[in-house]
Amino acid sequence: MEKFKQNRICRGGVWVGRQVLRAAALIVLVSMLAFFLVSVSPIDPLQTNVGQAALGSMSREQIERLEAYWGMDIPPVERYLSWGFDFLSGDMGISLLYRRPVAEALAERLGNSIWLLLFAWVFSGILGLSLGILAGRKRGGFIDRLVTGLSLLIASTPSFWVAMVLLLTFAVQLKWFPIGFGVPIGMASQAVSLPDRLYHAALPAAALSITGISSIALHTREKMIEVMESEYVLFARARGESETQIILRHGLRNILLPAVTLQFASVSEIIGGSVLVEQVFSYPGLGQAAVTAGLGGDVPLLLGITVLTAAVVFSGNLAANLLYHVIDPRIRRGASG
Amino acid sequence: MEKEILGIEHLSVSFIQYGKGLTKRWLYAVEDLSLLVHAGEIVAVVGSSGSGKSLLAHAVMGLLPYNGRMEGKIWFDGEPLTQKRAAKLRGRELFLVPQNVSYLDPLMRVGEQVMGKRPSPSLRDTCRKVFAGYGLDAQVGEKYPFQLSGGMIRRILISTAVMGTPKLVIADEPTPGLHPEAARRVMGHFKELAAAGAGVLLITHDLELALMTADRVAVLYGGRMIEEAPASVFTDETNLTHAYTRALCRSMPKNWDADGERLCDTGDILLYMRKEYGR
Repeated sequence: MEKFKQNRICRGGVWVGRQVLRAAALIVLVSMLAFFLVSVSPIDPLQTNVGQAALGSMSREQIERLEAYWGMDIPPVERYLSWGFDFLSGDMGISLLYRRPVAEALAERLGNSIWLLLFAWVFSGILGLSLGILAGRKRGGFIDRLVTGLSLLIASTPSFWVAMVLLLTFAVQLKWFPIGFGVPIGMASQAVSLPDRLYHAALPAAALSITGISSIALHTREKMIEVMESEYVLFARARGESETQIILRHGLRNILLPAVTLQFASVSEIIGGSVLVEQVFSYPGLGQAAVTAGLGGDVPLLLGITVLTAAVVFSGNLAANLLYHVIDPRIRRGASG
Repeated sequence: MEKEILGIEHLSVSFIQYGKGLTKRWLYAVEDLSLLVHAGEIVAVVGSSGSGKSLLAHAVMGLLPYNGRMEGKIWFDGEPLTQKRAAKLRGRELFLVPQNVSYLDPLMRVGEQVMGKRPSPSLRDTCRKVFAGYGLDAQVGEKYPFQLSGGMIRRILISTAVMGTPKLVIADEPTPGLHPEAARRVMGHFKELAAAGAGVLLITHDLELALMTADRVAVLYGGRMIEEAPASVFTDETNLTHAYTRALCRSMPKNWDADGERLCDTGDILLYMRKEYGR
C-alpha cells in the first residue's frame, strides 16, 4: 500500500513535469509564430506611426534614428532571439508605442480587462449551463426550441455586431450606459471610483457574455438530452424518482464533467472575443492593446500580450484536466483500486 | 385463483417512422397484446430480440420513449393504470428490474441509487437489511457501479425491487451473462418475491429458464403474442398450438445431442414466420 502511494506521487510528479514542459513548448511556438507574422506583415511602423508627411520633412539622420528605434535595421532572427533571452531573464522589453516597460503596460491593461473577462466567463458559463439544462430536459419541447433557436442566432452573430447593437441601444439611444472608455471622460485618474469602472465595464461585459453563451448552452443541451434518454435515467424513473430529483441528482452529476471542460475551453473564446468587443467600446483593455500593438508594429507589446494570453488559456485547460481527476470517481478511485 | 394484479388488454406500442419525402407511418413494435398476471404468479414473456419484450415492460411502467405511442388498456390492482397513476406507483408498488449495469448512474454510489432519495436513518436501515438478504455487504452501498462485479450488480438491481412492498415486479432479461448456477439463484430471488405475494412478469429470451421458473409462459413474435400456456404444457410439444412455439420447444438445449447437434431440426420455421408476420 505504502509503495503504491509512493508510486502515485511519483507518477503525479512526472505528470506535472510534462505539463510544464508542454506549456513552455507551447509558449515558445506561439511567440515565434506571432513574431513571424508581425515580421511578414506589410505594415511599415514608420509610415504608420510617424506618417508619410512627417517622414517627408525629416532629414536622413532623423529617419535612421527612428528606424533604429523601431528595430528595422536588425535582422528578424536576431531580434527574436534577443527578445527571447531578455524575456527569459525577466525583461519583457519596452513598448514602442507607449514608451514604457511592457510589463507595466500589461499589468495596467490586464487590470482593466480582468474584471470584464472574469464576469463574461462566469456569467456566460452559468447562463449557458442553465439554459442548456432547461433545453435538454425535454427534447423538442417549447423551451428546447426557444433556447436552441436563440443559441443558433447568437452563434451566427459576430460579437462586434452584438457590441455595436448594445452600444447603439443602451448607450446612444437610452443613455443608460457610457458610450465607451474605461473611466469617465475628463475625470482625473485619482478621482475615479470602483463604481465608475464597473459602470463602464457593464456593456462590454454584457456583449462578451452574450456571445459566449451559445456554445456552452448547445453543448450542455446535447449532453443533457443524452443523460435524460439514458438507461440509468429510465431506471431512476422506474424507481419512482421525480423529474426534479432526476435533473438535480443524475442530470447535474453527469453533465458536470463535460461542463467543466467546456467552461475552461471557453477561456480562449472569451479572450478572443474581448479583442473585438474592447475595440468597439474603446475599452482600454488587453484586447484593444493587442489591436493597437499589431497595427502599430509594436513587437514587444504584442509578444507580451500573446505570451500572457497563451499562458492563461493553457492554464485554463490544465485546470480542467486537474479538476477531472478530482471530480470523476472513476479516475479518482481507479488509481487507488 | 389469486387476485389479478396486472391486466393488459389489446396493447399496441408504435413509433412514427418517416419515409421518403414527408410521408410518415406508425410502425408497430407491439401489436394487440393481452396478458394477465395474478398475485403470487410468475408469468414469463419469451421472445427473440426485436420481438417487443422490453417495450412491453416500459409501456406497463409508463416509460415509453418520447416518440412512442400506446393504445389499449392496462389495469393494475383493479384500476386503470394511467400515466399519472403509474408515475405515482413506480418505486412503491410497481417495480422494474433492468438488465445490466448501464441502468445504474455511473457517477453515483449504488446505495444512493437503491435508496432513491435523501436517505433517512430508517431508509438506510432498510437498505442494509435488503442488502444483507441478498448477501451483499453494507459497504457495497458506498461503491460506484464500475467497482462491482456483474453478479453483485444483478443482486443490487433486484434489491431495488424489495425496497418497497412490490405488487408487481417486471424483470427485463435478468440473467444474460450469468452462468447457469448464478442464473438459477437469481430466478430463486424472483420466486421468493412471488411467494411473498407479488406478481412477477419475467421477460426473457431463454425458454428453458422461463419454463423452470414461471407458472405461465407467453411467446412473443414480431410484437404479437402467438402462444400463451401454463409452463407444464411445454413438456410435450403436441400440446402447443403454434408451429413456432413447437419449434422453439424442440430447440431447447435438453433436446440436443451431447455434442450440441440438434436432434430435431426446426424446419424452415423462420422463413415461414417472416412470410407470415412480415419480419
